[in-house]
Amino acid sequence: MAIATTPQLDAAQPVPASPPPAMPVSLEVNGKRRQLEVDTRTTLLDVLRDHLHLTGTKKGCDHGQCGACTVIVNGERINSCLSLAVMHEGDRITTIEGLGTPDKLHPMQAAFVRHDGFQCGYCTPGQICSAVAVLDEIRAGVPSHVTASLTEAPQVTNAEMRERMSGNICRCGAYSNILEAMTEVAGDGA
Amino acid sequence: MRPFTYERATSARDAAAKVAGRPGARFIAGGTNLLDLMKLEIETPTHLIDVNGLGFDKIEDMQDGGVRVGALVSNTALASHPRIRRDYGLISRATVAGASGQLRNKATTAGNLLQRTRCSYFYDTNMPCNKRQPGSGCAALGGFSRQLGVIGISDACIATHPSDMAIALRALDASVETIKADGSTRTIPIADFHRLPGNTPHIENALERGELITAVTLPRPIGGTHIYHKVRDRASYAFALISIGAIIQKDGTGRVAVGGVAPKPWRVEAAEAEMPQGAKAVTAKLLAGARPTHHNEFKLTLVERTLGAVMAEAKG
Repeated sequence: MAIATTPQLDAAQPVPASPPPAMPVSLEVNGKRRQLEVDTRTTLLDVLRDHLHLTGTKKGCDHGQCGACTVIVNGERINSCLSLAVMHEGDRITTIEGLGTPDKLHPMQAAFVRHDGFQCGYCTPGQICSAVAVLDEIRAGVPSHVTASLTEAPQVTNAEMRERMSGNICRCGAYSNILEAMTEVAGDGA
Repeated sequence: MRPFTYERATSARDAAAKVAGRPGARFIAGGTNLLDLMKLEIETPTHLIDVNGLGFDKIEDMQDGGVRVGALVSNTALASHPRIRRDYGLISRATVAGASGQLRNKATTAGNLLQRTRCSYFYDTNMPCNKRQPGSGCAALGGFSRQLGVIGISDACIATHPSDMAIALRALDASVETIKADGSTRTIPIADFHRLPGNTPHIENALERGELITAVTLPRPIGGTHIYHKVRDRASYAFALISIGAIIQKDGTGRVAVGGVAPKPWRVEAAEAEMPQGAKAVTAKLLAGARPTHHNEFKLTLVERTLGAVMAEAKG
């Protein structure tokens, strides 16, 4: 069946495939200006990992469901897998590599280590980027599903943090330790 | 993902004209739904026009006491805005009940209205689906339909509209402002925006080809207690089995819109006259003519009980 319906191609003369459309894009990643030329289909996640070799940001589901690819763009956390790189011209992007380094951990990274906020570690960069942004969101007064009053500032409570972290899945189930890490960082910043 | 070319829109009219005049061209804003579907090759645009630079990202007071929400306002910005929280609490409540924090930071107001169904047979390209491929049939009808619609559905499609935000907009009688390729503008009442499937489930709304949403407008606030109650399989980050968006006044009158049961935000104004009689009476009118499957007939009871809980909560 497949043979009958497949056009016979002359191996010596392959059908010329038009090159996929490519475009220039300029990003500021972890404080560094990066100029790239990418296939329009390239997601921000794939640019970070495959073009810039910043492999801290992880690909989990690649459909915006797991949160492993979470990065902070212009101060807000997003799923980098559901965003085209060409749509980020001029944007400021912070990945786990930009939050801290092994020698100088971000307070959230240090708290994750102290509280065992991970086991296998695969979701951790996304968890940490999300956790940092969540505390900023609470400070900025962004309401959540569990915020009691829409006219009062949300508080840093266990329920608030759990709800706001629901877009980051941890298959190892380190959730309670992640919350302890966040609680510690939130307390230090208060 | 199929290859596509990409450009940034320079004006709303220009963007509308380009999409109207070029088969395969699509607008993109937040991209959280479109890119997901492009990866699965359920959506296969050949050209994307990025409308993010068009400036429709403001929330403004209107002279009549209402509010205009720009099409590009993110779900987070909408839910957080002081005026929305104070006067249109149902919108804040419904919006933060949907998706995750990451998605709400990207997802836009217009995109939320336009999101496609989450019917698993629409997503599974090995299955027939009249919405994805007109005329191919509906695998959901004989399939697993626990999540799917009970009213407003047809023999061609039993998918539901997944938006939480739209339930609030329906209860509030919002309107959708658009611009067409010829530069003309129009205002579509939210009640007329989403279409029922009938024999054409692939046509989901009243927009013409190339017509671009520029804003959602909210009439003057009507006061009352605003409650959004969403029932789902997880406590967070899950689509609704059913949801109730209600605005209830001190005298017991009010408005009710229901999510998770129909191909559009479901509201029957005549049913609201029954509110003083209680949830059972309202639900009987609201869901009259429902055609549930044996998998999802529980939704009828669930709507009644959830509405009862919402009405009790409003009484305090």
